[in-house]
Amino acid sequence: MKSLAELKAIKEKMKDKVVLREGSANIRIVVGMATCGIAAGARPVLNTLVEAINEGGLSDKATVTQTGCIGLCQYEPIVEVFEADKEKVTYVKMDADKAKRVVEEHIKGGKIVSEYTIGASK
Amino acid sequence: MKEISLNILDIAENSVKAGATLTEISVLEENDTITLVIKDNGSGMTDEVLKTVTNPFYTTRTTRKVGMGLPLLKLEAEMTEGSLTVESKHISEYPNNHGTVVTAVFYKNHIDCTPLGDVVSTMTTLIQGHPDIDFLFVHKTESVEVCLDTREIREVLEGVPLDTYEVIKWIKEFLNEQYIN
Repeated sequence: MKSLAELKAIKEKMKDKVVLREGSANIRIVVGMATCGIAAGARPVLNTLVEAINEGGLSDKATVTQTGCIGLCQYEPIVEVFEADKEKVTYVKMDADKAKRVVEEHIKGGKIVSEYTIGASK
Repeated sequence: MKEISLNILDIAENSVKAGATLTEISVLEENDTITLVIKDNGSGMTDEVLKTVTNPFYTTRTTRKVGMGLPLLKLEAEMTEGSLTVESKHISEYPNNHGTVVTAVFYKNHIDCTPLGDVVSTMTTLIQGHPDIDFLFVHKTESVEVCLDTREIREVLEGVPLDTYEVIKWIKEFLNEQYIN
């Protein structure tokens, strides 16, 4: 059974790390979580991204955040990748498997998965 | 929406946008009904806005002129012969007890009732996206009573953010275990 003692142990472990991590990630992954995104399947996409980034040891490199409607509802679920000094990459019609591939190839490997981008889908 | 839990995620986002510091989500399964209540202490709505919220042509979003969140929930509840009610107290008239309460009733044996779905995932998604605001989640069925209060978790964490991955994972397991017991 999960206990508050276990949560306390997490706190002890994390309290020093958190300060270090603030602002160190230079890639920001943003998932559209308005009604359109949620209905199209954004929740598993978001959760897969969070898991893949953290389990893959990439949390110092990238953060995953949620946003509202991006304005392209017909292309939801949408994932945007912002990286310092680079052009924004917009991935469209995402699902959990595509999200895993984006983390592996783009975030980890530095190579954009062009077939999932909005340019490829138009 | 494929699951009621996705409507919960969607409607709770309205509470966040209304500046709520606490959003209470309760799911009560009793006999043949599922009663969903989402109550927040956000800014609330004026009577004028309240009259229009279930109209899809009312929205707070600025990217387009259609808002489907509450109209969708209303439609889905009414499709099961259930109902949707929205009560709200706007901050201008109720400076000390403002907020909004959305109540949806579903008849779960109705053929058009969507399943409740993954409420645990909805809660972890809400907390991951809004680590600085509090959520109280209660889910009661005939066999289980599941509860999560982020205020208690926040107290234990003493400043460690709630969206820390290890914390989110703990919350997920904490909830899942309550469903098993």
